[in-house]
Amino acid sequence: MKIGAPKEIFEGENRVAMTPESAVQLIKLGHACVIQAGAGAKAGFSDATYQAAGVEVVPTAAALFDAADVVVKVRGPESDEAKLLKSGQTLISFFWPAQNAELMEQVAAQGATVVAMDMVPRISRAQKMDALSSMANIAGYRAVIEAGNNFGRFFTGQVTAAGKVPPAKVLVVGAGVAGLAAIGTATSLGAIVNAFDVRPEVAEQIESMGANFVFLEFDASELPDGAATGGYAAPSSPAFAAKQLAKFRELAPEMDIVITTALIPGRPAPKLWTADMVAMMKPGSVIIDLAAERGGNCDLTVPDQKVLSENGVTIVGYTDFPSRMAAQASTLYSNNIRHMLADLTPKKDGVIAHNMEDDVIRGATVTHQGAVTFPPPPPKIAAIAAAKPKPKAIELTPVEKRALEVAAFKTQTRNQVGLLVIGGVLLLGLGLVAPASFMQHFIVFVLAVFVGFSVIWNVSHSLHTPLMAITNAISSIIILGALMQIGSGSYLVILLAALSVFMAGINIFGGFLVTRRMLAMFQKS
Amino acid sequence: MDYGFTTAAYVVAAILFILSLGGLSGQESAKRAVWYGIVGMALAIVATLMGPGAGNWFASLIMITIGGAIGYVVAQRVQMTEMPQLVAAMHSLVGLAAVFVGFNADLELTRVLAMEPGARVGLEGFAALLAKKSAVEISILRVEVFLGVFIGAVTFTGSVIAFGKLAGKVNTTAQKLPGGHMLNAAAAAGSVILGVLYFNDAGIWSLIAMTLLAFFIGYHLIMGIGGADMPVVVSMLNSYSGWAAAAIGFSLGNDLLIVVGALVGSSGAILSYIMCKAMNRSFISVILGGFGGTSGPQMEVTGEQIAIDTEGVAAALNDADSIIIIPGYGMAVAQAQQSVSELTRKLRAKGKNVRFAIHPVAGRLPGHMNVLLAEAKVPYDIVLEMDEINDDFPTTDVAIVIGSNDIVNPAAQEDPNSPIAGMPVLECWKAKQVFVSKRGQGTGYSGIENPLFYKDNTRMFYGDAKKSLDALLPLID
Repeated sequence: MKIGAPKEIFEGENRVAMTPESAVQLIKLGHACVIQAGAGAKAGFSDATYQAAGVEVVPTAAALFDAADVVVKVRGPESDEAKLLKSGQTLISFFWPAQNAELMEQVAAQGATVVAMDMVPRISRAQKMDALSSMANIAGYRAVIEAGNNFGRFFTGQVTAAGKVPPAKVLVVGAGVAGLAAIGTATSLGAIVNAFDVRPEVAEQIESMGANFVFLEFDASELPDGAATGGYAAPSSPAFAAKQLAKFRELAPEMDIVITTALIPGRPAPKLWTADMVAMMKPGSVIIDLAAERGGNCDLTVPDQKVLSENGVTIVGYTDFPSRMAAQASTLYSNNIRHMLADLTPKKDGVIAHNMEDDVIRGATVTHQGAVTFPPPPPKIAAIAAAKPKPKAIELTPVEKRALEVAAFKTQTRNQVGLLVIGGVLLLGLGLVAPASFMQHFIVFVLAVFVGFSVIWNVSHSLHTPLMAITNAISSIIILGALMQIGSGSYLVILLAALSVFMAGINIFGGFLVTRRMLAMFQKS
Repeated sequence: MDYGFTTAAYVVAAILFILSLGGLSGQESAKRAVWYGIVGMALAIVATLMGPGAGNWFASLIMITIGGAIGYVVAQRVQMTEMPQLVAAMHSLVGLAAVFVGFNADLELTRVLAMEPGARVGLEGFAALLAKKSAVEISILRVEVFLGVFIGAVTFTGSVIAFGKLAGKVNTTAQKLPGGHMLNAAAAAGSVILGVLYFNDAGIWSLIAMTLLAFFIGYHLIMGIGGADMPVVVSMLNSYSGWAAAAIGFSLGNDLLIVVGALVGSSGAILSYIMCKAMNRSFISVILGGFGGTSGPQMEVTGEQIAIDTEGVAAALNDADSIIIIPGYGMAVAQAQQSVSELTRKLRAKGKNVRFAIHPVAGRLPGHMNVLLAEAKVPYDIVLEMDEINDDFPTTDVAIVIGSNDIVNPAAQEDPNSPIAGMPVLECWKAKQVFVSKRGQGTGYSGIENPLFYKDNTRMFYGDAKKSLDALLPLID
């Protein structure tokens, strides 16, 4: 099959869906690759490097759509592009089927198959083709860089000869992939980072990235279960939303940089950072609204623009963060595409088998064989295990701990002394009836048991089989008894003793030899 | 030779035996330790033959020679996978020898008691020892003989059944006669009654009847215990054979027998304890057979088992840096240890960190897996115990489970209602990827569904372990 990547025609889009590197991998899958001239130019990939990787270069989009069996793109098709799709052709790109129902109907009517990269289900197996995550990661990183660009101070606190610099305080709202990437970047620049999310189960992830999780005081029953929606956030209850806003108002005056990333699938972005919070912030502070494309989390956000509020707070509403890092974004996105194609080409023979039984492929396919296949059935595997209620660890005061230790020591002593007393009384009782000759042997027996216990505890676990074989061999010491009896006057006794000697003989030789054989096998590397 | 020399030799032999067991604490010192045991045994036998009371040298030497020759041949020929059977068979011999020696003691006692006091003076050897005994000493002797014969008889039939089960000659599932443990209890009670009769001069018939009952107990007890509990059974029988030797030592008044019997007995007891602990079950519940009751419905297992082909496994192994292999009884059954070793050698040659994780109850004998891997020339310093390696799984790229099931069952930790809840298990599911080499979709010995097979990072590598691994080997480059 021929995979083709056209030039993106969306205004300001710098990314490209195929890099020379990903093309090499695609060719390994048995495919041929074709690219429109200049498609990778803005991402830093020249036509010559594509050609060097074995990619055919065609001059126009029309020629490319004509040549390719599979068209890979970043942005969803404009209606002009969609018209170029043929029956039986496959398009792999972002598509946003819920927002573009008309376009989807049109493409389905044309008979083309669309695999929407934004519809890849969030399960472990599909992570390698989760383009939303890889793009969000870049957006999160870029958001911090953009904030730093507009923020007049250091991120990290310093004490210099010229005076003390306080560290920047950053608040990240929404700890999805973008949020976590932003947390990681900001903490590594030295800022003090707070982060908030409506899903309590991500608290651990936030803390693992080095940020403080902003807790809301709530009963467990009132919390929404974010994990129920496939790992994305769900709209929260009014009571919850009110508490959340109150918490933000409390934080707003302290924060230097606010990065909002809160999105709910299929809805406008929730308004979390209201105008009055902006008014409370210090002049020179920066707000980066990663949800600007969907209306923004901040009241004052203007999509695609940087605006200055009345009190001097910069509000950045760019919607093209990944495109601003086109080389990196193209590399990751083209890898996502390549993994998707690898799943679509299970036999690595260059033939695409569109397996609608596969959870991932089924989920991402929005039109297939002339029919609209959106929305997909829910995936069979839950994205994130539901958060388990944590058992409360009981903090013990030193006094209580001491008391427990003393109690444990006392019970131990009592048990030990009790056993000793019982054992001693039994022994004394035995001593009263048993003759002295027996007691002499008995002392030997008891001591041998103690020696046995202390010696055997040290035996290495890996040598338990040789241990059994050797104890087997030495338990044939019973041969001594038989040897002492074999000189008897009774023939029956002699016969039985001889048999015993015979059996013990097998055991002695067999046991020791097999032990030696086993031990000789243990070799050090 | 006089009595003092024999006793001195016994002291040296006892010390050598203790050193021999103590030497098993490390692989290198163990190679020396086995010689201590051999020398100790040779010394004990020579001292006994030269000491007072021994007669009939000719018969003794012939019997030792024949027995030794058989033992030598068996030890040379036995396959390492057959070790559990061999150990069980050898236990049965010790048990039977204990029964015979016990009977002899009784026969000699009867003969000596029947003699006129005047005739006793000319007696030699063991009989001379008996002749000196007082009335109280004789009744003590009878208790000792009785115990020795009883334990020896239980060990004998128990070991024979264990041998049959391990060798696949007897049905390995737990089987009981109608009446179950009540039968055992009745037989034990009968033995006690016969014992009381025997102490009161009822004669040898009571001893023989008791022996038959003990044979039955040994048979029935082990028949009721299933396949994967065999490590406990074998180590328990090991312990019994020791106690039987100790009891016989008492009746013969031989301190070396007592010391060695006590050493072996406590060794077997500790092994049983370690095995039980590793299964989170009490010794009683293992002996009574079957798994304990559950306290509620088991957790539903959701998801599906996803299969993978050889190429997929090879690709993952080629990419991985750290690999942990978890062998189980299935590896022994498929005789796959050589292939595992070859795989390990190839992966290590590529600079990958390959290690083995051994659960204490993996296989059918304590330490069975270690011996199999050692036979296949896997270096012992990369074969680690559960406690040593369990914390390393989260940083491991690939875990390969070969023929083990219950010992890698996450239900033990996640499902409080599971029959194996609380049992320590190897946490292989924490590795980035898990491959399970398994013949089909069945459950393990315990019949418990294993959620590991349904986890997102688990792939099932179906097929005979040896064939699968042999197919895999050429693909590792």
